[in-house]
Amino acid sequence: MSVALDTSLEEMQAIARRIRGRLVQMSHRAQTPHLASSLSCVDILVAAYWGALDIDPSQPHDPLRDRVILSKGHAATTLYAALQARGYFSEELLDSYGTHGSILAEHPSPNSAPGIEAGTGSLGHGLPIGLGMAVAGRIQKQDYRVCVVMSDGECNEGSVWEAAMLAPAQKLEKLVAVVDYNKWQATGRSNEVMALEPLKDKFTAFGWSAYETDGHDIAGLVELLRNVPDGSGKPVAIVAHTVKGKGVSYMEDDNNWHYRIPTEAEVAAAHQELGLA
Amino acid sequence: MRNAFAAEITALCQEDPRLVLLSGDIGNRLFDKFRAQAPERFMNCGVAEANMMGLAAGLAMSGLRPITYTITPFTTTRCFEQIRVDVCYHDVPVIIVGTGAGLSYAGLGPTHHSCEDIALLRSLPGMTVLCPADSFELRGLLRAAMKHDGPVYMRIGKKGEATVHADVPNVTIGKGLVVEQGSGICLLSTGNMLPEVIAAAAELKAHGLAPQVVSMHTVKPLDTELLESAFAEFDVVATIEEHSLIGGLGGAVAEWLVDQDSLPRAKLVRFGCGDEFIHESMEQEHARERFGLTAHNIAAKCREQYQTRRRGLRLGAA
Repeated sequence: MSVALDTSLEEMQAIARRIRGRLVQMSHRAQTPHLASSLSCVDILVAAYWGALDIDPSQPHDPLRDRVILSKGHAATTLYAALQARGYFSEELLDSYGTHGSILAEHPSPNSAPGIEAGTGSLGHGLPIGLGMAVAGRIQKQDYRVCVVMSDGECNEGSVWEAAMLAPAQKLEKLVAVVDYNKWQATGRSNEVMALEPLKDKFTAFGWSAYETDGHDIAGLVELLRNVPDGSGKPVAIVAHTVKGKGVSYMEDDNNWHYRIPTEAEVAAAHQELGLA
Repeated sequence: MRNAFAAEITALCQEDPRLVLLSGDIGNRLFDKFRAQAPERFMNCGVAEANMMGLAAGLAMSGLRPITYTITPFTTTRCFEQIRVDVCYHDVPVIIVGTGAGLSYAGLGPTHHSCEDIALLRSLPGMTVLCPADSFELRGLLRAAMKHDGPVYMRIGKKGEATVHADVPNVTIGKGLVVEQGSGICLLSTGNMLPEVIAAAAELKAHGLAPQVVSMHTVKPLDTELLESAFAEFDVVATIEEHSLIGGLGGAVAEWLVDQDSLPRAKLVRFGCGDEFIHESMEQEHARERFGLTAHNIAAKCREQYQTRRRGLRLGAA
């Protein structure tokens, strides 16, 4: 296995653009919601899969692989499109998304396609599972990292904070939680529905080595992710500031796109903006 | 039972390097030997059962065999969502052990009672539900559970319960254990009710009857082969459990029964907890009395049903 160090920043940015184009198309074709939530975490997954993690798509069950859990399972299309682009499975399979009988369902199902580490959809599950995987790595003396990508709305769940208290007590320095902080949850501003702020300070107070970054700055994300473990002996939290619907101007920061599905004309307009038309 | 559990997992952890014990901040000193032997495979997960269950699933997904341990309602109803999604949906071999099941902790009040756990957990796809009758059955079932490649839930008692078996019996998951052979009345006991059921059998014997006693240590998968012969050969089949009448062993047997094509010979009689919380302070013995879970009541009801059944058969014959 080898870290994909050879992908340039420009290439990663181009990959992110193509994935965004895919997501808009997938939402339209399958008539599935959560498009804006999927768009906000594209750069995080691109930075992880292309720039930071020790993975080999031809060896998806290698015990020593780094693990990625998309805990915000409603952004499944981002995970599917990223895994396909990274070479985990065929374009044909990706095209089957959301069709009757496809293994690529609206939320990732366990043991479905290669590269899917956990079934998610119900929020607040990824961090405890990732914590378990990190403990397993320590017990079995396997030197892998576990990256859990969560949503800001997901941080409403108590189980997130149960895990957040245990991970530092166990000094799980190879566990990294990335919060896709797009400032919205399903029906409101995430810092108004719950007192989410100060989010980075919350993780720091819980005993994590916490960072804040622009969640669309792939270079910055790569640097932070590559730096795990960061030498502090603590698990790492990255509060990634993102824009919901990022990349498509008429979806950006408009929470209607949590549920809205683009029309054919809107897909074309999005592709035009992304330079894919 | 919990001391037997601690002893058995301490032995098992030497035999199986995959075994990991997770405690929800209980069992003070109970696991000292385990911790001395395998400190890296013991973790106190704190009073945070949802996280403990997800963590266990993560361990199991990575090739380990976690056992979660805490007081029954906290490792079942409290984190049911995590059992459903992380453990059962992923179909991973996590063994969930609930101590103080049923009315074992009656004195601690309804927050610590657990009379819904069998109903809930047996509704989950892929889940195996085990209710050992005593510390010997517990040891045998724990070993069987470690060999089982899927989620297992085991509800156990507290400490100092009477034992029924003289040694570890030969147990198979999904197969009822006949403790006493008999005819006419078949008593299907699950979990810690067995000593009381044996006492009920003794009372029936004093009335000239010869009841069969079975330890139904597995509620799911249900031993349908045993049920088929029991309902064909006996006049009364009784289920006895320290669990709600809604959805427990009796519920499972009743569900199975209505799906049968042929009319059963036996009448089903169910003994279990009523549909209520116990608001007053009382110990296990009195909580059982409240719900008729006593040897005398079980014997009397079964005898009455048996006599009614026999009278009906005689009238039918005439």
